[in-house]
Amino acid sequence: MKNLKRVLAIVMVTALSLSILAACGGGGKKSNDYALLSKSTGNPYMEKQAEGFKEAVAEFEGNAIVKFPANPTAEDQIAMITELVSQGVAGIAVAANDYDALEPALKEATKKGVKVISLDSSVNPASRLTHVNQADPVAIGVSLVEAAFDLTGGSGQFAILSATSTASNQNTWIENMKKTLEDPKYADLELVKVAYGDDLRDKSVSETEALLQTYPDLKCIVAPTTVGIAAAAKVITDNGLVDTIAVTGLGLPSEMAEYMVEGGACPYMFLWNPIDVGYLAGHTLKAMVDEKATGKVGDKFEAGRLGSMEVVDATSGDGGTEVLLGDPFKFDLDNIGEWKSVY
Amino acid sequence: MTAKQDKSIVRSLSVARLRDIGLVLFIVILSIFIQFRNSQFLTISNLNNMLINACIMGILAVGMMMVIITGGIDLSIGSTLALSGMSAGLFVRDNPDAPVIIAVLIGIAVGMAAGFVNGLLVGKGGVLPLIATLGMMNVYRGLTYIIAGGAWVSAHQMNDGFKAISFYNILGINSMIWIAAIVFLIAYFFLNYTRTGRRVYAVGSNYEASQISGTNVDNIQILVYTIMGGVSGLSGILWVSRFASAQGDTAQGFEMNVIAACVLGGVSITGGSGKVPGVALGTLLLGILRNSLPLLKVSPFWQDAIYGVIIMIAIIVNVMVKRTVDKRNLQRRHI
Repeated sequence: MKNLKRVLAIVMVTALSLSILAACGGGGKKSNDYALLSKSTGNPYMEKQAEGFKEAVAEFEGNAIVKFPANPTAEDQIAMITELVSQGVAGIAVAANDYDALEPALKEATKKGVKVISLDSSVNPASRLTHVNQADPVAIGVSLVEAAFDLTGGSGQFAILSATSTASNQNTWIENMKKTLEDPKYADLELVKVAYGDDLRDKSVSETEALLQTYPDLKCIVAPTTVGIAAAAKVITDNGLVDTIAVTGLGLPSEMAEYMVEGGACPYMFLWNPIDVGYLAGHTLKAMVDEKATGKVGDKFEAGRLGSMEVVDATSGDGGTEVLLGDPFKFDLDNIGEWKSVY
Repeated sequence: MTAKQDKSIVRSLSVARLRDIGLVLFIVILSIFIQFRNSQFLTISNLNNMLINACIMGILAVGMMMVIITGGIDLSIGSTLALSGMSAGLFVRDNPDAPVIIAVLIGIAVGMAAGFVNGLLVGKGGVLPLIATLGMMNVYRGLTYIIAGGAWVSAHQMNDGFKAISFYNILGINSMIWIAAIVFLIAYFFLNYTRTGRRVYAVGSNYEASQISGTNVDNIQILVYTIMGGVSGLSGILWVSRFASAQGDTAQGFEMNVIAACVLGGVSITGGSGKVPGVALGTLLLGILRNSLPLLKVSPFWQDAIYGVIIMIAIIVNVMVKRTVDKRNLQRRHI
């Protein structure tokens, strides 16, 4: 029994060393393989991201490898990173399941000459060259205030329905909305309350109902969270208030399609376009591999149809750098039909 | 029946009543205070909103009360609710023309099956209820993601009939309120006037004695967990219909609110005692709190703390009333 175990161990170690040797042998010439490591399988949003990535890689005639882990865990991603490195890919773009856990695997990859960037949800600055961020928080703040301005007719009361009071992305967006509101253009627009629905359906509904009770003159609810915007739209629709109060914010097209119809509660809303996030990641990775950019602040590179892109300080303030996709994508009555089946 | 027995029955009834009166008074004082802060509180439309929002918690609290009376607890109800709601949601998405009642039955059946498994683990398997339902909580949550393939069912994929379940008025009153009222009435009748109902109390107040006296304790436990699963399934349908959305993370952590409603309503967490009217009042109090805190015009950062403090005060008042009553009873017995 003991012998058998020993033999098995020797065989496995030999096999493993051979496979590593084989990988090293393949790394001699410059690879044209660009890998996207997604969060998990079966997520329509992630599928769209991969679609954009493939589109970009096809444009510069590279070879796209897209990997979907079976589970949304760091463990699965680490196994796949090791696999990709041994295949000798030129670069990896990863939508991380864990901010820190991938560091050893990604550093190992970098040491072997593989360029690493993150997209969608980032890894820590030590593990990445740069990060592709789906939306510029300043642009989100401006878009949402501009929407409130438009939907209230330029003056009147509006309220924000957020997720939890501790969510950093929510707070950054709300902060940027408040900054935008300081512009004299929005002087007649009054933000009466920031309510927190905690991204819970029931709490978001009661918070919306409380807004309606407390502020009878309310004209618009802006919910920069997918749970909040759907709950608010449902309450407004059920109470027959679609003509007096408009709902907008950041929402999932599939969830909001019901309320984005002629005479519905939500005339338009925003979110990022996952195809563009993947597309930008493809071109960013290419720029890194060709060493046209190194991920330093001020680096400029061309990103296909998106035009010239610049590396900036990360808006999350983690000390790293990032590339911002730009303005959030607008969903309205004209395009919701095609997007509602996407994600 | 002797006069002495008669008297003790009367007394025990009045004790229960008195305890409820403590809670009623607390609710009245709280309502006056809230009304003072925001005059929109005691309006028909707001009270209607509040009652509708409290319905799901109330329905679940009735089931939870039975489980707690037998000395158990069920932490898996949030997951069971999500699993049933998702099953019904997927059915509606894939069969938009099928009668709505089938979706409702599927939801309840899935919930009962989940509850039955909990009951088997606790009753036949002898696993501690806390452990068994904690484990199954994760299993059912996982199953919810698996059957949906990580996706969700949105409002536009549900037919109008399904969404109308929670949005239909009978005699001017919302269907969810009717359903909750019926569940409360059935539970009241079952626990007070049927032999099986009385056995639920017997198992909780003295496990060995009820076993020796011929009660099939295992079956009673399986029964209460299956009922709990059934009402969770019903709640799942109502949840998905009301919010017009079936998600994998539906009602995560909701079990804690339900347990709180039971404890507020005077259900003893060690088993053996608990009354339907008490649970109704406990649910009402939590419902008022959840509805009125956003109306209070206080900073949202204070809401959670205020919520917790009021619950603590209510429980302390409740315990004090109970102790005073018990002490008075003992004094009477001495004389």
